[in-house]
Amino acid sequence: MNAAGFPLLSLITFLPLAGAFVILTIRGEEAVLARNARWTALWTSLINLALSLILWVRFDTASADFQFVERLDWLPEFGVSYRMGVDGISVLFVLLSTLLTPICIAASWESVESRVREYMVAFLVLESMMVGMFCALDFVLFYIFFEAVLIPMFLIIGVWGGARRVYAAFKFFLYTLAGSLLMLLALLAMWFHAGTTDIPTLMETAFPRGMQYWLFIAFFVSFAVKVPMWPVHTWLPDAHVEAPTAGSVILAGVLLKMGAYGFLRFSLPMLPFASQDFAPLIFALSVVAVVYTSLVALAQEDMKKLIAYSSVAHMGIVTLGIFTFTHQGLSGALFTMLSHGIVSGALFLCVGVLYDRVHSREILRYGGVAKIMPAYAVVFMLFTMASVALPGTAGFPGELLVIVGAFQVNPWVALGGAMGMILGAAYMLYLYRRVIFGKITREDLRALLDLSPREMAVFAPLVLLTLWMGVYPTSFISFFEASVAALVSRHEAAIGAARLAGM
Amino acid sequence: MNWTLALPEIALALAGLVILLVGVVPKRETFFPVSMGVIGALVIAAVLVLGQGEGTAFVGQYVSDAFSRFAKVLILLGAALTLLLSLDWNVKQGLGRFEYAVLMLFSTVGMMVMVSANDLMTLYVGLELLSLSLYVIAAFDRDNARSAEAGLKYFVLGALASGLLLYGASLVYGFAGTTNFDRLADALSMGGAGTGVVVGLVFVLAGLAFKISAVPFHMWTPDVYEGAPTPVTAFFATAPKVAAIALLMRVLAGPFGDLAAQWGQVIWVCSVGSMILGAFAALGQRNIKRLMAYSSIGHVGYALMGLTVADETGLRGVLVYMAIYVVMNIGTFAVLVAMRRNGRALEGIDDLAGLGRTDPGMALWMAIFMFSMAGIPPLAGFFGKLYVFLAAVQAGYWVLAAVGVVTSVVASFYYLRIVKVMYFDAPEGALDARPAGLTVVMAASGLATLLFFLFPAAVIQAAQVAVSALAG
Repeated sequence: MNAAGFPLLSLITFLPLAGAFVILTIRGEEAVLARNARWTALWTSLINLALSLILWVRFDTASADFQFVERLDWLPEFGVSYRMGVDGISVLFVLLSTLLTPICIAASWESVESRVREYMVAFLVLESMMVGMFCALDFVLFYIFFEAVLIPMFLIIGVWGGARRVYAAFKFFLYTLAGSLLMLLALLAMWFHAGTTDIPTLMETAFPRGMQYWLFIAFFVSFAVKVPMWPVHTWLPDAHVEAPTAGSVILAGVLLKMGAYGFLRFSLPMLPFASQDFAPLIFALSVVAVVYTSLVALAQEDMKKLIAYSSVAHMGIVTLGIFTFTHQGLSGALFTMLSHGIVSGALFLCVGVLYDRVHSREILRYGGVAKIMPAYAVVFMLFTMASVALPGTAGFPGELLVIVGAFQVNPWVALGGAMGMILGAAYMLYLYRRVIFGKITREDLRALLDLSPREMAVFAPLVLLTLWMGVYPTSFISFFEASVAALVSRHEAAIGAARLAGM
Repeated sequence: MNWTLALPEIALALAGLVILLVGVVPKRETFFPVSMGVIGALVIAAVLVLGQGEGTAFVGQYVSDAFSRFAKVLILLGAALTLLLSLDWNVKQGLGRFEYAVLMLFSTVGMMVMVSANDLMTLYVGLELLSLSLYVIAAFDRDNARSAEAGLKYFVLGALASGLLLYGASLVYGFAGTTNFDRLADALSMGGAGTGVVVGLVFVLAGLAFKISAVPFHMWTPDVYEGAPTPVTAFFATAPKVAAIALLMRVLAGPFGDLAAQWGQVIWVCSVGSMILGAFAALGQRNIKRLMAYSSIGHVGYALMGLTVADETGLRGVLVYMAIYVVMNIGTFAVLVAMRRNGRALEGIDDLAGLGRTDPGMALWMAIFMFSMAGIPPLAGFFGKLYVFLAAVQAGYWVLAAVGVVTSVVASFYYLRIVKVMYFDAPEGALDARPAGLTVVMAASGLATLLFFLFPAAVIQAAQVAVSALAG
């Protein structure tokens, strides 16, 4: 059956749903209800994390094939089946999702007070959909998970968000929906052409060159909104600012990766010609995203908005790396996606810590926090440095690899990417200086308490991972080494074969 | 003479006569027992339909095949469930009169005859039986000016549509020499079609488009939906829509199958128009019944997308779409029927404010229906859209598919608005406790909508068999 001997991926995918169902059946007083919902959600997600660690142990890093594969007939006459499996590209994102969910639940332990039961249900459903999306090996199945993510996220932003939450929730939903419906059309066209929606089979199918361009555009719109790439990134700052802390963490940590993952899973292997020909466009948009949004971030007054813009910039590095089609570029992109998932999630949590205490995200509201909350200042500094890509932290290996990869393709593109690192240092250090250092200008800040044990526990795994990824990146890179190599050689073979035949 | 083939219709009609007598004789009001009797009769008819044989009867006027069975089961399901929705509502509104249930039963007979029509005359008889019953039910709240207006409006416009249909049928008869579908098909495939037949076909289409409220024959829909009592609106939105769409499919794919190039253009225009109008006109609505009217116009547009394609994939898409549409619509209307505060029935979207807090169960079901109508996976509505889009893409109708995508995004805005009102806004006070029957209907259709992805193959298979019978 598979390496684990039982349907592990389905279990990881649907266990949170079962937990959500259990929470829905809880009855009782408001306070009891909230407590039970919190604990049920935490335990469900922790058990899920433990189960997903089996993937980490049992995954065969030497193979580029899909592993832990499961298959069930679903719509046999249409060539659609329920098929799950992970390869080197997706396995770490499954782990990222299962890791961030318990962290998010723990982070909202005290900050979410109203409708706790619904909140926990929404988070567990969200986890289920995210994991399912990274595991799906059937295009229809993938699409279902990809879209279904919108429902819980819409509710999380809309119900538990800030002042302009309704606007942000609608913007998030409609932007993404418009993109993904175009992908649906592309999906249908591919389905019709290949007669199946099996992803490994679609990867082997050669689509006509003319068709590839249209398919690529449809995919591009959908994934570019999700990544998000400039100029369709405008939903992201709104969504981040209005979402509750944990919502921002998941949004930055996992949902943004869905777009880049889509490029890696669909655009690159299935549409090699179109990817090759559209690469200059992607480079241009990515470089604009990196430079422009970094400058925008520099001017922000709101901490969450600043980090949101920095996410757009980092994701620009990722798309840049993906479309270099080089081993270094792709590995770097994947590594940056992972490190950004951890680091930006952690940065949003850092903002959340201050917000929980002062109820303001305005940078000028703070100053001199280092004297009041020393432990917090240390944690915040570590993640700031990781975001700046200081060597020895998680941010560095990925960005370095991307720039090396980009340099092989075009030095100017590499220069654009490197600009992002410089500007990133500028806006992050500027943020850190204004919030943490300086004089204590507001007297009420003196009463702030340093990190509580719960918050320590939330940050501990993230701190550990940030250092681990920076000091010994190989233990992560080895997971996707083989898959990336296979992806690059397949891409080169497709392009090369066409050159031999055509020119 | 093989009259036993029409046993479901005959049994249902006879049951209707008996129930009518039972309702008249006692001195006291018999709404509840009569309704129960009608629901029983509908269930028995459904059982008979499932056991119905294949073939034609009454000198080729009546046909029974897998297609008619599929549509009839849907119709009976819709009728029985909407009658269930009326039980409590009608009593509270002072409309608990037994004629209501009997009229519903007769309109259902009409629908079943329509679906099994194999002749333009049978078609007309079935359609009129349906329409006359509906005119009366629309105005059933006769002391209410809006309900009376709805009935009158529906009657005047409906009579016009019937006239158009009849005129078209007479033209077809005049130029093709027959009203029987089989012989029409023969005549049209051998001799080709003259202008007269095409003109007649367009009139027939106009009459039927009125019944499914496709643009540009949709004008009556918002007013009638808003004015009619809510359970009646639920009925309008489900069973008759299925019947009319099924009839349209039978007429177009059967006798006029060879004229697909001609009628395809007409249906294309109706489809695009309905999708666009359904999406944009609903944006500004404050009355939820009116909103549902525009929503149903939009949904008909999507269903017609499959009919435009007109191959087996397309027709199958239409059937799957209608099946899903009926289920989620009944669920939605169960919620609308349950909207009552301090004894007053409510219709405003804002009246749902804060439902997520005051009645989490109902809000959850309503949210499921709204997301499903917007076509968000993994809910049933997504699969409905998937199959019609699939047909359109396969046949190369890119404009249709693109319009469908754009209008889906626009339409999702107003479905989301309802979710927003329920979950994001502050409560306005709790709704009255709802009868258990509504909860059952809500939960049943909610579960079917939510869990459709587990068993799509069965529904698709049934639709496939039905369509194969139609294409013959």
